Amino acid sequence: MEALVNQLPIGLAIGAVLLLAALGLNFTFGQMGVINMAHGELIMVGAYTAYVLHAWVGINPAYSLLAALPTAFAVTGTLGWLLETTLIRHFYGRPLDTLLLTFGIGMILQQAARDIFGAPNVDVPAPTWLTGGITLPGDIRIHYSRLFILALAITCVIAIAHYLNRSRQGRRMRAVIHNRDLAAVSGINTRTVDATTFFIGSGLAGIAGVALTLIGPTGPTLGTNYIVDAFLVVVVGGLGRLSGTVLAAFALGILNATVEAWADASLAKLIVFTAIVAFLQARPQGLFTVKTRALT
Amino acid sequence: MAPTPTRTLTALTLTLGLTLTACSGNDTQGITDDTVTVGMIHSLSGTMAISEVTVRDAVQLAIDEINADGGVLGRTITPVIEDGASNETTFAERAEKLLQSDNAATVFGGWTSASRKAMLPVFERNNGLLWYPVQYEGLEASPNIVYTGATTNQQIIPALDYLREQGHTSLYLVGSDYVFPRTANQIITAYADAHDMDITAEEYTPLGHTEYSTITNDIARTEPDAVFNTLNGDSNVSFFQQLRSAGVTADDTPVLSVSVAEEEVEGIGTDNITGHLTAWNYYQTTDNDTNGVFVDAFTERYGTDRVTSDPMQSAYNSVYLWKAAVEAADSFDVDDVRAALDGITIDAPEGTITLDGDTQHVIKTARIGQVNDEGLIDEIWTSPEPIVPDPYLQGYDWAADLNG
Amino acid sequence: MTTTEPTPTLLHRLRGPATLAALLAAALLLLPQLLEPFRLNLLAQYLCYAIVALGIALAWGRGGMLTLGQGVYFGLGAYAMAMHLTLQATAADPLAPDLPPFMVWSGLTQLPWFWRPFTSPAVAVLAAILIPGTLAALLGWSVFRRRVRGAYFAILNQALAAAFVILLIGQQHLTGGSNGLTNFPVFAGQSLYTPTAQTTLYTLTVLTLTATYLLFRHITHSRYGKLLIAVRDAEDRVRYLGHNPTWIKTLAYTLAAMAAGAAGALFVPIMGIISPTLIGVIPSIMMVLAVAIGGRHSLAGAAAGAIIMNTAQTTFAETFAGGWTYLQGALFVLVIALAPQGLAGLATTLKNRLTRPTPTEPDPAPAPAAERSTP
Repeated sequence: MEALVNQLPIGLAIGAVLLLAALGLNFTFGQMGVINMAHGELIMVGAYTAYVLHAWVGINPAYSLLAALPTAFAVTGTLGWLLETTLIRHFYGRPLDTLLLTFGIGMILQQAARDIFGAPNVDVPAPTWLTGGITLPGDIRIHYSRLFILALAITCVIAIAHYLNRSRQGRRMRAVIHNRDLAAVSGINTRTVDATTFFIGSGLAGIAGVALTLIGPTGPTLGTNYIVDAFLVVVVGGLGRLSGTVLAAFALGILNATVEAWADASLAKLIVFTAIVAFLQARPQGLFTVKTRALT
Repeated sequence: MAPTPTRTLTALTLTLGLTLTACSGNDTQGITDDTVTVGMIHSLSGTMAISEVTVRDAVQLAIDEINADGGVLGRTITPVIEDGASNETTFAERAEKLLQSDNAATVFGGWTSASRKAMLPVFERNNGLLWYPVQYEGLEASPNIVYTGATTNQQIIPALDYLREQGHTSLYLVGSDYVFPRTANQIITAYADAHDMDITAEEYTPLGHTEYSTITNDIARTEPDAVFNTLNGDSNVSFFQQLRSAGVTADDTPVLSVSVAEEEVEGIGTDNITGHLTAWNYYQTTDNDTNGVFVDAFTERYGTDRVTSDPMQSAYNSVYLWKAAVEAADSFDVDDVRAALDGITIDAPEGTITLDGDTQHVIKTARIGQVNDEGLIDEIWTSPEPIVPDPYLQGYDWAADLNG
Repeated sequence: MTTTEPTPTLLHRLRGPATLAALLAAALLLLPQLLEPFRLNLLAQYLCYAIVALGIALAWGRGGMLTLGQGVYFGLGAYAMAMHLTLQATAADPLAPDLPPFMVWSGLTQLPWFWRPFTSPAVAVLAAILIPGTLAALLGWSVFRRRVRGAYFAILNQALAAAFVILLIGQQHLTGGSNGLTNFPVFAGQSLYTPTAQTTLYTLTVLTLTATYLLFRHITHSRYGKLLIAVRDAEDRVRYLGHNPTWIKTLAYTLAAMAAGAAGALFVPIMGIISPTLIGVIPSIMMVLAVAIGGRHSLAGAAAGAIIMNTAQTTFAETFAGGWTYLQGALFVLVIALAPQGLAGLATTLKNRLTRPTPTEPDPAPAPAAERSTP
C-alpha cells in the first residue's frame, strides 16, 4: 500500500506520457478505425519540429518549446491530412489494409529522418524555466518537466472535450462516428469531417512528440518505442471514448509504476501486458464502449 | 478457382528463378592483381543504425587512407558494403553472402553481441575472418574473429578498480535487459563479493525504455556511492535526464557508464551528464600524435561537428591491424593471416597496441574519463600499463565460479 | 468461393495438379542445380516464410482474423527446434561442459526441467507444432468466445508478440536472452552445413510447403472452408443458423499457428539462428505484409507473396545498402494502394481482361465485407 502511494505521482507522470501519445490515436484509430502505424513516426516528426525550431531557426530555448507546440501540431496535422486525402480515405472499413499501408509510410518517414538529421540522437534542450522540481512526501522527486507534461495532457483533454461537445464541427464529428449514413443523410459532409478528424489526430501526435523531447531521446526511432503502448491504451479505454482513453492511460501508468516498485522494469512491462490481455478477456470492448446505431 | 492462382504461381516462380539465377551470376573474384575485396557489415537501417553508421564511416576512412597510400600488398581495397539492418539473421545472411559470393578476404563489422553470435558460425564454417570493433562481455575466443574492442578485464574490472580506489564501496547497478549488462553485472557482483563492496540494487529495463523515474528516485533515496551503468543507446538519454531531475549530481553519486561515448553525449544533453564517468580505452581527447592526425582526418572528411569515439577508433584500427598482418604474412589467406596475428603492433589513436595471438584480442590500456561541459570526455585515470586480454577471466581467482 | 465456375473439362481438371507437379519438379530438380548453395539456402528461408503465409491466408484471408502475432508461433516452433539443436551441439562437443554455454555463464548448474525432453528429436519436432497449436487454441477459444474481433484482435496479437519478446530476453539463463540460440552445427549426427545437408533441408521445406498447401486447399474447399468464409462475412448470421463461430475461428487460427510453428522449426537448421528480434511486433507485421502483397484470398498467392517480398528485400538491400528501406516502404504502399487483392488479384484481373473481354465470370475474389470493424 505504501508503495502504491509513493509510486502514485510517478504513475501519473508515466500515464500522462501514455495519454499524450494515445490522444491522437483516439481520433484516428478510436473514432475512424484506422490502425495508423505511422502514428509513432508522426510523434517523431513532432519531436524533430522542436529540434528544427531550436537548432536551425535558432529560437531561444526558453521559448522554442512553446513555439514548437502549435508548429508541430500544424506540421504533423498537415502531414496526416495529406495522408488521409491521398491514401487512407480509400481504405476505410479495412483496418488491416490501413495498418499495412501506414506501416510502409512509417518506414519511409523513419529513413527520411535518418537521412535528413543523421542517425544519432539530437539534443533538444529543455527551457531553463523547467529545471528543478518538487519533492513529495516519501522522498519522491517530480521534475517540473513531468508536471508540464501532465498539465499539457490535461489541457489537451479539456480542449478536445470542449471541441467535441461544444463546437459545431465537433458535434458533426460525433454524429459521423455514431452513424455515418444518417449523418450524411442529414447533410453533413462526411469527407470533410474525416479529413478534419485525421488532421486533429495527427496534430496531437506532433504535440506528443514535442513533449517527449523533454524526457527521452530525440531520434529516428523515437515513435516506435511508444506505438504499441499507445494502441493498448486506446483499446483498453474502449474505442472512441475520450474518457476511456484518459482513464486507461493513468491506470496503466500507475499499474506500471506500482509493479516497478518491487519488480524490475522488464518484468513490470510483462506483467502489465499480461494484465491487459486478461482485462480484455473480461471486458472485450474496453472500459467504455460507444453505442453505435449501425447494424453489424 | 484452382487454375488461376496456380498459374499465377508458375509465372511468379519463373520470374523468381530468373532473378535468382541472374543474381548468382555476378560472382566477384576476391583477390585480383590490382584489387582485394573486403566486406563491411553494419546496421545502416533500424534501431542500431544510430551507432553503427559512425563505425562504418571510420572503417571507410581507414580504407581510403590505405588506398591513397598504395593499398595492401600493392592492391587497392574494394569494400563491399552490406546493411545488417539491426537484425541478427540479416547479419548472418549478409556475412554468408560476403564470404561465399563476394569472396571477401576479410570482413569488418558487427556491433551487438547478438549480431556477433549470429555471424560466428558463418565465419567458422566458411573459414572467414571477422574484425569486431566493440567492447563486449567476453567469454569468447573464436579463431575466426579478431576482437579489437575491450574484453571485460580491459574495461569493467579496471573501472571497478578505479571506483574502489576512490573509496566507493556501495554500487547501484542499472542496465538494459540483454546479454552484455547481465554478464557484466555477474562479474561486478563477483568482484564486489571478493572486495568487500556492496551491491545495493540490480535493475534491468527493456531496450528502448524511457521511464526511469522509479529507478532514479530509488537512487536518490538510497544514495549509493556510485552507479554502474550498462544501459544501451537511447535509454541513456532518459536515464540521465531523469537522474538529474531526481536531484542526483555527479558529485554525490557519480554514474560510471560503459556504453556512453562521445557521440552519445550530445543526444543525452551535455548538461545532464557533465561530471559523470565513463570507462573506455580511447577518448577523442587522448593525447598523442596519431590521434591528432586521426581526429583531423575524420572531422575534415565528415564535418567538424562530428566526434570520434572508442568503437569508431577500434574499427579504424582493425583495418590497419589487418593490413599489418597481411603484410607480415605476405598473403591474404585467412590461415596465413591468422598465423601472423600474434605480436602485430601499430601506433593507433589510443596509443601503441599489440595483438595477442592466443585470444585474438588487442592488448590495450584502460582509461576512465569524465564528461566535460563541452561534451567531450577528459581522461582522469589510466591503467598503469597495457592490459593483456583475458576473455574468460582465468587470471582472476574471484571469477573462478563464473566459468562453471 | 465462387459457385459459377465453368464446367470443368478434362483439361481443366488436369491443369491444377499438372502445374503443381511441374512446379514441384522445377523446385526440387532444377533450382538446386542452378543456384549456388548460399542462394539455395536463402530460397529455403523464404519458403519457410511462405509456409507461415499459407497459415495467415487461411486465418486472415478466409477467416477474417487479423493475425498480427504469428511471430510468436513461428518463434515457439523455432525455439523448440533450436533447443534440441543446442543440446545436440553441447553433447557433440567433448570439450564443452554438459550445459549450453550461456547457461553456464548464467550460473545454472543443471539443465532446467523443460529443456530435458528436447534431447529427443521427435519431441522437439512434435513440440514445434503442438505447442503453438495448443497456445493458439487456448487463446483463440477464449478471445473468440468473448467475440473479440477486428482491430481489437489485431492489437491483442501485437501485445502478445511484444510480451513474448520481453519474456525471452528477460529469462536469459533459460532462453539465451537477446542473443537467442545459435551455433548448432549438427543434427542427428550429421553436419548441417554440407551442401548435401543444405539441399536436404531445402527439399524438406519444399515438401512441407507443398503438403501444407494441399492440406489448406483441401480445407478451404470443404464444408468447413465455406463456413469459415461465412463467419468472416457475417458472423452473427452464422450464429443464427445454429453454428458456433467460436470453434470455426479457433480451428483456423490454430492451424495457422501450427503452420507457423512448423516453419519456425525448419527455419532454425536452415539459418542456424533464432533470436527475439526475429519474432517481435515488426517481423509479425512483415509476415502479414507478405500475404497482403501476394494476395490474401489465394493460398498460392500468399505463398508467392512471401517469396517475392523476401526476394525483393534482399535484392533491394544488396543493391542499395541503407536506402533500401525507401524502396521497401514504397513497395508496401504501392501494392496495398493499387492492388488491394495483392499480386494474385492483379493477375486475375489482367487475365480476365486479356482472355475474356466479356465478363462471364464474377470476380473470384470480392472484397470481404467482414473485416469491417465497428465503423
